[in-house]
Amino acid sequence: MTQTSKLNSLWEYANPKKFLSTTERFLPGLWIVTALCLAVGLIWGFFFTGDDYKQGSTVKIIYLHVPAALMAINAWLMMLVTSLIWVVRRHHVSALAARAAAPVGAVFTLIALVTGAIWGQPMWGTWWEWDPRLTSFLILFLFYLGYIALWEAIEDPDTAADLTSVLCLVGSVFAILSRYAVNFWNQGLHQGASVFRAGAVTGTDTAEKVSNIYFYPLLICMIGFVLLFVALVFYRTGTEIRARRIKALQARERMSA
Amino acid sequence: MMPDLGKYADTVLSAYAASLVLLVALVVMSVLRGRKVRAEMEEIEKRVRRDG
Repeated sequence: MTQTSKLNSLWEYANPKKFLSTTERFLPGLWIVTALCLAVGLIWGFFFTGDDYKQGSTVKIIYLHVPAALMAINAWLMMLVTSLIWVVRRHHVSALAARAAAPVGAVFTLIALVTGAIWGQPMWGTWWEWDPRLTSFLILFLFYLGYIALWEAIEDPDTAADLTSVLCLVGSVFAILSRYAVNFWNQGLHQGASVFRAGAVTGTDTAEKVSNIYFYPLLICMIGFVLLFVALVFYRTGTEIRARRIKALQARERMSA
Repeated sequence: MMPDLGKYADTVLSAYAASLVLLVALVVMSVLRGRKVRAEMEEIEKRVRRDG
């Protein structure tokens, strides 16, 4: 298959019927794999890993905090890609996928903020600090809320998709900032990257990284969160497609009445 | 079976409780809305087919 025909076959999923039939076929399996990954990762991490020598048992919060934070940023980046597809190619499914992903991303961001505050209290002696990473995450959460509110506030779906796409583009600055804030400003309380860091893996830096004892269950939890995001976005996009069809059918009924 | 969480038991358990409540609420709300919208669409489609 050539690159062009591969790309063309990808655009087939812009057809709502094709999208629904494809996602409905593999969603049951995806839910099962997601539940398995989350169960294995969380049970392994919670019950079968020991305490950290510095942080005690609070280290177990890592299995929720890190995957949630990872997906909080990546959900917004996925929304950015689908929003750009809407702006350039006007595929309704991509705009609806961005809309479907926003509440999921907002909940992941909230989990990252809440678990971070709960973890921070005994470790830093404070629930909250206007630290670069914490602040950029809070702003990202507010962007999620604004994005959801904007979709709800505008009646015409195409106008709503246009305006939310612009908002998504602006919010992407904070999504990227949330990821790299600790690299830009190092005066904050939040530690730098310690899970996926090229230098730590290749051994070219000596800064602390997460021990393998915690890393493997954490990796499974991260995969679980990614799969949960994908499953929820597919399911919720299907709901948005049907809600849009309801509006179209109701408009047709009104016209013929 | 419950691991000894020591003096941070409240901290760890509250982080897990808050996260799991949020995740379960998200999944349940998504599924409930999905089912409601699907049922509504099927009803309207049936009505449209019947009325021509």
